[in-house]
Amino acid sequence: MKPWNNKAWLFVLPVLVLVAFSAIIPLMTVVNYSVQDSFGNNEFYWVGLEWFQEVLASERFHNSLMRNLLFSGIILLIEIPLGIAVALAMPRRGWGVSVCLVLMALPLLIPWNVVGTIWQVFARVDIGLLGHTLAAMGVDYNYTQDTLDAWITLIVMDVWHWTSLVVLLCYSGLVSIPDAYYQAARIDGASRWAVFRYIQLPKMRRVLVIAVLLRFMDSFMIYTEPFVVTGGGPGNATTFLSIDLVQMAIGQFDLGPAAAMSLVYFLIILVISWVFYTVMTQQDNESVTDGRAGGGQ
Amino acid sequence: MARITLKNIAHSYDGGDSYALKAMSHEWLDGGAYALLGPSGCGKTTLLNIISGLLQPSEGQLLFDGVDVSQLPTEQRNIAQVFQFPVLYDTMTVAENLAFPLRNRRGADKLSAAEIASRVQQAIAMLGLEALAGRKARGLSADDKQKISLGRGLVRTDVNAILFDEPLTVIDPHLKWQLRTQLKQIHRQFGHTMIYVTHDQTEALTFADKVVVMLAGEVVQVGTPQQLFDTPQHTFVGKFIGSPGMNVLPCELAGNEAVVDGHHIALVREYPVLTGVMELGIRPEFVRLVGQGQGIPVQIISVEDVGRHRIARAQLNSHRLDIIVPEHQPLPSMPCVLFDSDRINIYQNSQLVGWDL
Repeated sequence: MKPWNNKAWLFVLPVLVLVAFSAIIPLMTVVNYSVQDSFGNNEFYWVGLEWFQEVLASERFHNSLMRNLLFSGIILLIEIPLGIAVALAMPRRGWGVSVCLVLMALPLLIPWNVVGTIWQVFARVDIGLLGHTLAAMGVDYNYTQDTLDAWITLIVMDVWHWTSLVVLLCYSGLVSIPDAYYQAARIDGASRWAVFRYIQLPKMRRVLVIAVLLRFMDSFMIYTEPFVVTGGGPGNATTFLSIDLVQMAIGQFDLGPAAAMSLVYFLIILVISWVFYTVMTQQDNESVTDGRAGGGQ
Repeated sequence: MARITLKNIAHSYDGGDSYALKAMSHEWLDGGAYALLGPSGCGKTTLLNIISGLLQPSEGQLLFDGVDVSQLPTEQRNIAQVFQFPVLYDTMTVAENLAFPLRNRRGADKLSAAEIASRVQQAIAMLGLEALAGRKARGLSADDKQKISLGRGLVRTDVNAILFDEPLTVIDPHLKWQLRTQLKQIHRQFGHTMIYVTHDQTEALTFADKVVVMLAGEVVQVGTPQQLFDTPQHTFVGKFIGSPGMNVLPCELAGNEAVVDGHHIALVREYPVLTGVMELGIRPEFVRLVGQGQGIPVQIISVEDVGRHRIARAQLNSHRLDIIVPEHQPLPSMPCVLFDSDRINIYQNSQLVGWDL
């Protein structure tokens, strides 16, 4: 029999240490805080799941969560179809390809807080190009005072910032389709819609799963841009979970409830991502095991 | 079904610097089974794509039954085309794949669901795909996928022509024969005009009534398999068709004799004085290996036994010569060769010298 060789663990060790320091230890610290209370002096008292109960029952948490869900929902509904449409419109060959790719990549290269600052200034009614122009045209727009305006500003900013990620992912799926598919579709007399539905969309599905997951997670965790642009206002209108969490942990220094909330937050993202992934890859698995008899008419 | 006429068709991919297809005129008769044979890169696929409209020719006109269709898009030409690699709509079942070209019809050509179903059933039966009809196309073997691609062409019984672009490349050898036979049967049954592109001579010769041989963007010969074997119009055709291909030896003509390196070879007729590069072509089947004292001495380099006969690779002075030797004939120690006079073709600058000269 082959002897058990423990040397292999030595190769895994560096990664284990790295993951331990970057993920496991911080996470466990949070778990530790979430079940204790402190009154300063580094004295901690065991409170069990009390913080979790408090967070889950609090209206403040519910409101932030609903805002987050709404924001992510709108972002996905706009960015995914728009990203697909732009990717379809991009040229497949010639000099236009690199021009488009560079233009598309530009917003992705800008740091989050810079994006926030750009839009904060751009949309200001007094000096911003966008805000001032709108005001001059007689549009009643002020993102610092009006809830709807604040939401529109954040959504437009996110669409501007992140749609190109969806575009680039979809484009990579599109260019991997061999010419023969388009030729066969022309031979078969397929309409533009049929080509999209039966050739382009199926070939894009894998990258679309990635796009949806990334855009969901990122938009659900969004912090920097709304913090810079609206600071969570007007009122609490754009206070998302992340902003709420920071206020609780650093503003109020309620470490226990904040720790409990961050764990709940983390679990929500995990569960929703899992649901997206399962639903979107289900068809894949189905078609492999699908052996039903009978015609398709 | 239609008669397809090419009028001075030519195509250049680089705006006229070089021609992938040199100006050609050709007629494909209604209901004919044609093979387009030639080495890779000779313009076969270009020609096929011009007929189906996937490619707009740089010059010339294309007529279906005498009507100019050069400007019509692919969809309106009503052509079926099968590609080298299977193209399937992955999310559809096999039956839906077959129904797809029928369902895409609009307006006056629109078919009823019942008619589509019956035609799909026919195509499924024709190709023996009954067991797969309800399965998703994804995950099938390459053979089955290509059968379905074929089926999408065959399901349209009223097409002007069915074009095949090396369709059996991905098919297992033992199935190739079977599918080719099936195609021939379908051709006999329905009488479609079929054009079959291949670089495999066996495929071309077994499939087609007429073979069109192409070289470097030009048609070098159109003929039946028999004509291509007996009287290749061009030394290329002779070398390309046959296994091994025709032997081509440089020669000089002297009345009714050809002289190869000082050896006199009898011809069945007298040739006039011709200028240019003269060559003698003889197929390995018509070169006979004999013992010393009868013919031209050769040196045998190697012998390949292919089962039904042997192929001797020999050297006649500096020229290569292939000889087909029957299985049980012993190889002579001092080998010489004799050429069957009535099987010798004479070429002037690679072109066959016709009987009219």
